[in-house]
Amino acid sequence: MPAKPKVAFFEFTSCEGCQLTVVDSLQMYPELLEAVEIVRFREAMSEKSDDYAVAFIEGSCTRPSDEAPLKAIRERAALVVALGTCAHLGGINAIRNRADLQETRTYVYGDKAEWYDTYPARPIEAVIPIDAFIPGCPIDRHEFIRIVKNLLQGRAPQLPDHPVCVECKLKENVCVYQRGMTCLGPITRAGCDAICPTYGDGCEGCRGLIPNPNVDSMKQVLEQHGLSHDAAMAKTTLFLTYQMMQREAVGDGKRVG
Amino acid sequence: MANASVKVDVHHITRVEGHGNIVVDVQNGELKQCDLQIVETPRFIESMLRGRPYGESSHLTSRICGICAVGHATASLRATEKALGVEPSEQTILLRKLNFHGEMLDSHVLHTYMLVAPDALGVGSVIPLAKSAPEVVLRALRMKKLAGDLCAALCGRHTHPIAMTVGGFTHFPSKADLEALRKRLVDSRKDVEDTVNLFLQLKLPAFERETEYIALHKDDEYCFIDGDLVSTDGGKWPVEQYRSVTNEYLVQHSSAKHTKNQRASYMVGALARFNVSYEQLHPKAKEAARALNMKPKVINPYLNTVAQVVEIVHCVEDAIVLCDKLLKKGVTWEAPAKPARLSGEGVGSCDVPRGTLFHNYTIHDGKVTGANCIIPTGQNLANVELDMRALVPTILDRTQEQITLALEMLVRAYDPCISCSAHLLDVRFE
Repeated sequence: MPAKPKVAFFEFTSCEGCQLTVVDSLQMYPELLEAVEIVRFREAMSEKSDDYAVAFIEGSCTRPSDEAPLKAIRERAALVVALGTCAHLGGINAIRNRADLQETRTYVYGDKAEWYDTYPARPIEAVIPIDAFIPGCPIDRHEFIRIVKNLLQGRAPQLPDHPVCVECKLKENVCVYQRGMTCLGPITRAGCDAICPTYGDGCEGCRGLIPNPNVDSMKQVLEQHGLSHDAAMAKTTLFLTYQMMQREAVGDGKRVG
Repeated sequence: MANASVKVDVHHITRVEGHGNIVVDVQNGELKQCDLQIVETPRFIESMLRGRPYGESSHLTSRICGICAVGHATASLRATEKALGVEPSEQTILLRKLNFHGEMLDSHVLHTYMLVAPDALGVGSVIPLAKSAPEVVLRALRMKKLAGDLCAALCGRHTHPIAMTVGGFTHFPSKADLEALRKRLVDSRKDVEDTVNLFLQLKLPAFERETEYIALHKDDEYCFIDGDLVSTDGGKWPVEQYRSVTNEYLVQHSSAKHTKNQRASYMVGALARFNVSYEQLHPKAKEAARALNMKPKVINPYLNTVAQVVEIVHCVEDAIVLCDKLLKKGVTWEAPAKPARLSGEGVGSCDVPRGTLFHNYTIHDGKVTGANCIIPTGQNLANVELDMRALVPTILDRTQEQITLALEMLVRAYDPCISCSAHLLDVRFE
């Protein structure tokens, strides 16, 4: 990696909120601009360069015409980083993967559905190899800076492999289960400082499952609180559809929705 | 000498949110093609809402857009609340207004300073400005951070809000939070004044084309949430009748639908709000408008950016007023207002940074069965194209590069939010 690596940002199907969070991170850590040279960031600058060492990609691959540009980015960049849940896990874009695609298109675009190219939503890694990912919807700005520092130092980014509950306990939050709400904290990867439970809502799993999620134990927690297992697992259909469908495909994630 | 033939093909316009192309084709002095192509991928948000519990709608729809996440969440909550007969408390209404100002400031500062100002200052982005005019960039970052911190104190974060829920909030700012915010807002008046002065110096193109301007309106406040639809061509509609105002239609070069009301097109956004509701602006915002030489009705679309500057003044002043009201009342941890029923239909409407936004849901037994969202940028597309058609013949004597820049600046002036708009639909209510 050169002293001041050239960095480019790209977006596919997404809300561009993760790139906005990058802009917000620069508010807090302007020194980052000294460490890298941003050569492409369509949302914020007119210059466009195809010479870059690091590519951050936001968004999912949702149509055949997304594949060639993704492969071109892979060829040019030494490091490809999936930025946020849509790129990392398919995110909310994958909700429609469980529905009939033709019916979905017709619902939105009526008899003009054929005008608009689409297929089931996939994470970037389903199309090209990636070197790292930054989870979350949106990404956490502190984690973004931490991971960029790791990458600049040539180290593999460290992500927590414990559940959100650990961070939530450290924050001394009242468990949302005790307030009669459901929460995916026990099976979701930490690193967000348990922001949703801290602001009174249950975890929605946007950062993805921890490496070995104990779904059985989660069931017990639900039963102890007299809560419906179905109601909690329905939450996995918001950000985790792609991951759950993959688990179902290999048989260790019996359809639990 | 005028160019007999000009071809402009801007692939993926920069410094806008989402993906759009400008295609202009002039042959022998005749305008053959003039399109703003929307090439964003279809998102299918509405179809994904179907079958989900009503409480999730605002979390899913805030993901339509990272910039107007609070606006989408607010319109979504109002649609659900009207469908289910939920009456938010006075405190909820005040907190939502204050939160909304945070998003309006964040978005307007981003657009005016980081997306538009570089054109007027002759640079390609805000990054070279950091070297040549660091005080301008630092001011923008300071104002943006205040806006973001305001939203964070009220709803956890601006992208994507957490504590906003049907019937109220799940988290509340402390007295100390509000006092600190109020102080920072008061301290930011100097930055606001400098912002007005900056745009006083910037030269924007002189181009006028009258059109219909539509915005939400209330007689007793400069309206961002609820209200009636009001047009500068005359006419007032309850938001429930939005379809008779938007009259959507599909065009092949855009994955976002076009709209029209009483003319071939209409405009929404800061300039439309300014033209419709000038009287309701905070006195200090009117003062800024006078200084900026803005008097309704303004018919130069490039001045949408200046109308945003006027709204920055309004939002900072009104946010101070709202902090005072909340501090005087004292914020209490209240449970969200409960639904009166679990089935119904409702329309929620907000004037978000880029214009009037509609969310319309049908809910049956607590689950969403039908959804329709109409987004500001979609409503502006036909109007931008008509502006381009009027503008191009008047600037054919310029170089290809200058023509392209003038068109890019025009599109950018509308502050288009393309990932928002590219999921419009023919709705079917079941």
